[in-house]
Amino acid sequence: MAISGVCRDVSILSVAPVGPHGEQYGCYFLELDNPGFPPAVAGQFVMVRPEAFGSDPVWPRPFSICRLTPEKLTLFVQACGRGSDILCRLKPGERATVWGPLGQGFALEPDVPTVMLAGGVGLAPFVEYVATHPAPANLSLVFGHRQPRSCYPFDAMAKTIRATAFEEKTPADLPQFIALLEKTVAEFAGGLILACGPRPFLVTVARLARRFGARAQVSLENRMACGVGGCLGCVEKNALGNYVQTCTEGPVFWVEELKLSEDA
Amino acid sequence: MTVDTSVRLPGLHVKNPVMTASGTFGYGLEFAPFGDLRSLGGIVVKGLSLLPRLGNPMPRIAESPSGMLNAIGLQNCGVEVFLRDKLPRLPFTETPIVANLYACDADEFAELAGVLSAAEGVSALEVNISCPNVKAGGIAFGQDPAMAGRLTEAVKKRAGDKPVWVKLSPNVTDIVSIARAAVLGGADALTCINTLTGMAVDIRTRRPRLANIIGGLSGPAIKPVALRCVWQVCQAVSAPVIAVGGIASAEDVLEFILVGAHAVQIGTANFMRPDMAFRIAKRLPVLMEELGIKSLDAYRGTLEVPAS
Repeated sequence: MAISGVCRDVSILSVAPVGPHGEQYGCYFLELDNPGFPPAVAGQFVMVRPEAFGSDPVWPRPFSICRLTPEKLTLFVQACGRGSDILCRLKPGERATVWGPLGQGFALEPDVPTVMLAGGVGLAPFVEYVATHPAPANLSLVFGHRQPRSCYPFDAMAKTIRATAFEEKTPADLPQFIALLEKTVAEFAGGLILACGPRPFLVTVARLARRFGARAQVSLENRMACGVGGCLGCVEKNALGNYVQTCTEGPVFWVEELKLSEDA
Repeated sequence: MTVDTSVRLPGLHVKNPVMTASGTFGYGLEFAPFGDLRSLGGIVVKGLSLLPRLGNPMPRIAESPSGMLNAIGLQNCGVEVFLRDKLPRLPFTETPIVANLYACDADEFAELAGVLSAAEGVSALEVNISCPNVKAGGIAFGQDPAMAGRLTEAVKKRAGDKPVWVKLSPNVTDIVSIARAAVLGGADALTCINTLTGMAVDIRTRRPRLANIIGGLSGPAIKPVALRCVWQVCQAVSAPVIAVGGIASAEDVLEFILVGAHAVQIGTANFMRPDMAFRIAKRLPVLMEELGIKSLDAYRGTLEVPAS
């Protein structure tokens, strides 16, 4: 696997809550100077470690590229732990070490009807996917979320492509969402299915894709330390029972490449 | 003032003391996009076994305050694939490539040493007698002086003219007795220290955070332990010590040289940023100049302990 990437120290340009309730629900856009990245493939990711981490937490944090322009790199971050809490409190001008673009992104088949299935913060890579797709008319989005819809970059996407959002208010809503996924996977069985979200969501998508014989890719969010293939901490079992590295061979995999069970 | 960062190790003259630690730098190639591998004092590659190893189930890593736990289980491509596919792509004529050896018994270790010592591009062998992750052995060698000594002898016999480094475990009552035994067994240098065994649990799921339950603690959190071990071992043996444990800056490097180390390895800090080892190698001479240190040889082991 050819490994490439750029590692630079850059400035934080802004940290802004997404929508009117972004701060309350901990949903932020983090904008940084473009570290000199070559053009990326949607679904590729970056590692971010702000100076503010000091020696704790030790690990950088991985994020899908939400948007990459020649000027800036935008990440969609949900404050949900030690690292992301610090990231969402950074001030403009603070420094962060960023490396990327890393890993393998989503397949791009402009003429093929493509549906993006996103769960929560897993919407992030699809912002870039829509922005760089040459034929957005072929794109659809099904988005499941728990925080208010305005906390995600959904509405802007819904202006340019066919998009459906489903709010899971309580766990009792889940079967209804799975039914929606089932209907969608069946509809796109002859097209291309791309999924990003929590592991149980991806396991469901993989199961449905197998059932309907659909071509589907999933983007895994395995915990990783280095992002470049050095630690072997983020591995996933492939269909042959061997471990593959999520950081370099993924995070996007074809469903048939993986075992993808509930526990890694 | 020009400063001299070079270090003489048995059978090996390195341009600077900044090496990378086994298991934190892949096979070296993974980090090539982020710096010049030739600027490092050495590259110790991921632990190698005779046959490829699958490693432990997931989850394999967990974060801890200023550190991390790992239980990778020595997943590796096996010595044959390393020699065929990885080593030829490494700049071994300009930077020493050190093979880290893992095996389950002394015969296997010796066989591995025989294969690796015959490889032209391998500059030294580092024997992992301390990895705490694999249930089937490894740990026992590093915890018993007699076994550590015999294992070192067995490896040394098959190592030809390649220097043999023995990597010590801190998970012992008396690291000095293991160090002495390894030197008596023929170790040319000692790598000091491997990870500390540790554990992390989740109070909500009531599960361990590592599938292996127990893992090895590394990172800045263990630097004081490493410093103590290196100092004690340097007092006790004449063989050079290569220090490893929480080193994340050029200042940290000098701390270990001050207590007697010849060289250092950057480990978990490689995860903090992939160009970390390159930056430390570049920064070290600048720091030495700032502090008026002409050479590492002159600075080594000059810790001043006030008389009480």
